[in-house]
Amino acid sequence: MKKKLSPVSSLFLVLIFFILYAPIFFLIFYSFNSGGTMFNFESFTLDWYRELFGDTRLLIIVLNTLVIALLSALISTIIGVIGALFIHSVRKRQTKNTFLSLNSVLIVSPDVIIGASFLILFTMAGIKLGFYSVLLAHIAFSVPIVVLMVLPKLMEMSPTYIDAARDLGASNMGVLTKVILPYITPGIFAGFFMALTYSLDDFAVTFFVTGNGFSTLSVEIYSLARRGVSLNINALSSLLFLFTVILVIGYYFITKRSTKSGGMGVRK
Amino acid sequence: MENKAKFNLYSIPYFLWVVFFVVAPIVLVLYYSLFDIDGNFSLVNYKNFFTPVYLMMTLNSFWYALLITFFSLLFAYPTAYLLTKTKHKQLWLLLIIVPSWINLLLKAYAFLGIFGTYGAANKFLEAIGIGSKQILFTDFSFIFVSVYIFIPFMILPIFNALNKLNPSFMDAANDLGASTWTTFRRVIFPLTLDGVKSGCQVVFIPALSLFMLTRLISGNRVITLGTAIEQHFLVIQDWGMGSTIAVFLIIFMFLIMALTGARKRGV
Repeated sequence: MKKKLSPVSSLFLVLIFFILYAPIFFLIFYSFNSGGTMFNFESFTLDWYRELFGDTRLLIIVLNTLVIALLSALISTIIGVIGALFIHSVRKRQTKNTFLSLNSVLIVSPDVIIGASFLILFTMAGIKLGFYSVLLAHIAFSVPIVVLMVLPKLMEMSPTYIDAARDLGASNMGVLTKVILPYITPGIFAGFFMALTYSLDDFAVTFFVTGNGFSTLSVEIYSLARRGVSLNINALSSLLFLFTVILVIGYYFITKRSTKSGGMGVRK
Repeated sequence: MENKAKFNLYSIPYFLWVVFFVVAPIVLVLYYSLFDIDGNFSLVNYKNFFTPVYLMMTLNSFWYALLITFFSLLFAYPTAYLLTKTKHKQLWLLLIIVPSWINLLLKAYAFLGIFGTYGAANKFLEAIGIGSKQILFTDFSFIFVSVYIFIPFMILPIFNALNKLNPSFMDAANDLGASTWTTFRRVIFPLTLDGVKSGCQVVFIPALSLFMLTRLISGNRVITLGTAIEQHFLVIQDWGMGSTIAVFLIIFMFLIMALTGARKRGV
């Protein structure tokens, strides 16, 4: 029954993939341009990379971004797992749905609204804009993603496991650490990775809640790009692309492992 | 019973999150929308929203979001359809998603170079004899770049819907004498409508509130609701009006969600 794609269809797909990837490789290509512009390739140089690594301010921003991403992913994973366990434990259908909708508010809300409302919140609460406000904001918008990654795993787990553990005399803590958590580990990892990438990628929310003096990579690129083209950004983007590819490969293997251990095609 | 109480104790961090980061922000936005720029309680912001300036802006914002959603769908559907026909479809799908993981700002920045006066796009236009044109800071560039950024989010749900489709339906339609087009129109498309709807939802709502692209790519020519909110909060410092626009954006968001049906999540 498998038909081969017609040439027109293949061409269409090739074109789509070309358009999707061309801008990225375009950036990387010109990061090696000694000419200093994005249209006239003069000769090959690594100067932009050298300049990048010599720029301590930028390196500090990169470090900030990574610290924020790792910390926020870690904390939001913990809160998210707790949230998923809680939502799963709710028996009443209506209460469950209420919490599910509350959970998804931050996922469907546009970034601008999240950013603006958090700005009001932090100002009212007297939290100084800077590292902590950005960290809190990133934790806040990552939690629901973790919940959504963990919840399906919990749903898929047969309750008989828990009954069996109870019958064998496990305590609540024992059931949680020995039965539930190991089972949902793939979901937890997936949630952590998603939180990590959301944090690394975020621009709009950070833009609102970052004060003067603290900046993440996205915000920094924005202010650089508003000033015009500078091939530093290109060099930075090739490094980030490499980093993303590594993350994707990591994520791919984690989800692959999770689908393997995730039961025999029960998911619908 | 005892076990239930324990779970509630564990759940405190999650409750705190719900209260402080879900409920409180919405309440605060509503509260702030009731104050004018001098901090007096009034409904003047709501009155202002219904003046031609803001109504035109809203209409404009919807128009652009509609165009972006339309073009995303136009290219995403065939792409998703063809992807399900390829051999290693999961791998190809992953390759479609990878660009969406690249920092948004970098993608926008790339287009500054490509669409620039001496950029690659103009070189291409010259080579095929059209001659160079002003591409950056036009509606075309704004919509193109937006579609470029949003299209993976449109492809994903449609791909999932198509992938779940039972092939025997298509065979049945074929056996009953339906043409390819009829099969598509009467069988495939209706069955994947949920995917299309959730795709439209994840594109339309963010498209309404874009603000970074409007500045970088369209040079402030396009003012969306998102740009207006950013402007009021960070430039003019009129939080009241900004909150009012945000309130309307939230209302629109719920309307769109109701319109496109309860979204099934599962990225």
